Amino acid sequence: MAVEDIGSGCSSSGDQEFHVLAVDDSIIDRKVIERLLKISLTAVESGSRALQYLGIDGERSSLGFDELKVNLIITDYSMPGMTGYELLKKIKGSTKLRKIPVVIMSSENILARIDRCLEEGAEDFLMKPVQLSDVERLRDFMLRGGEDREVVGCKRKTRDDSCSSSVLSCDRDHPLSPISVSAMAHCKPISKRSRLLATD
Amino acid sequence: MEIGGEYLEILGSSILMTDYLEYSNALFREGLLDGQFIQLQMLRDDSNPDFVVEVVTLFFEDSQRILNELSKTLDEQNVDFKKIDANVHQLKGSSSSIGAQRVRNACIAFRSFCDAQDVESYGFCFFVLFPDQMCLRCLQQVKQEYLLVKNKLEALLRLEQQIVAAGGVVPTLNDVS
Repeated sequence: MAVEDIGSGCSSSGDQEFHVLAVDDSIIDRKVIERLLKISLTAVESGSRALQYLGIDGERSSLGFDELKVNLIITDYSMPGMTGYELLKKIKGSTKLRKIPVVIMSSENILARIDRCLEEGAEDFLMKPVQLSDVERLRDFMLRGGEDREVVGCKRKTRDDSCSSSVLSCDRDHPLSPISVSAMAHCKPISKRSRLLATD
Repeated sequence: MEIGGEYLEILGSSILMTDYLEYSNALFREGLLDGQFIQLQMLRDDSNPDFVVEVVTLFFEDSQRILNELSKTLDEQNVDFKKIDANVHQLKGSSSSIGAQRVRNACIAFRSFCDAQDVESYGFCFFVLFPDQMCLRCLQQVKQEYLLVKNKLEALLRLEQQIVAAGGVVPTLNDVS
């Protein structure tokens, strides 16, 4: 099944596995998002834990940025203590972390809330409960490796290990902004390509 | 006879699979479950065969905790309505995530009532007689819906186990609501 290939070995040119930090106070939602994304993921239960993990808790970073491997942060909005919005602000306010894309999830469809988050620099806003179709959008973004990468090299073996699949190359655009049809042609999801191509 | 044995096995699991489909269709029709439950089923595969069981189990544990908290909070002399609201919000979220539609709706109703209790933030007088009693009624309703869906889900998952034990494959569900 092509879906299994996604995420479990996709490397950027730096050969690092795409890693997601998920923040949600609900243990059920943490479990579901982990399974939905099917990718290397760390799940924490609060904004303060997230900041600890990211190394900007208390303005002191415990990890050097090189050791920190977070390519995407996905956070719930309504959490006790620190909301997802407050977490977003802290991340975007940090020189070390502000380039990491942040996606907000919420069960409440409040336009002002959505606008506020997007204005603060959130990449996307997903309605809960998160579904597979929502994740497809994220997955394209993850495959492209985030906005800092011009070329995402996804050399991987197919299921029978006989060959490697092709490379995706994308324009260096904001990953979730509308892209032209011609640009889309270069950015086919790996699941379709690996089915069509044996070798590049 | 061996042939007879195989035949019986296929027949047995077919009957179970039909039972399963009928049972689950009824749950969707009655609004106990919604499409989100099917989303969870879709996340189950050979490498994560127990995914649905695990999530549902977490939901049961978490819900019980929340319901206990709610009972305790409502029992207090001065009811902390903000705490109630936060707990009901949590339960609304988790029930929504697994597709327990009626639990979710009961939580929405509970919350819309609790909002009215928070007089300070609304800044106007909202006269409701015996607000604690009303909240207790809301809680009872949520508990009822929760216990109902818990029973049904346990039965559904037991059927799944039986199907697998009989050598069958758990059918893919369709939302017929």
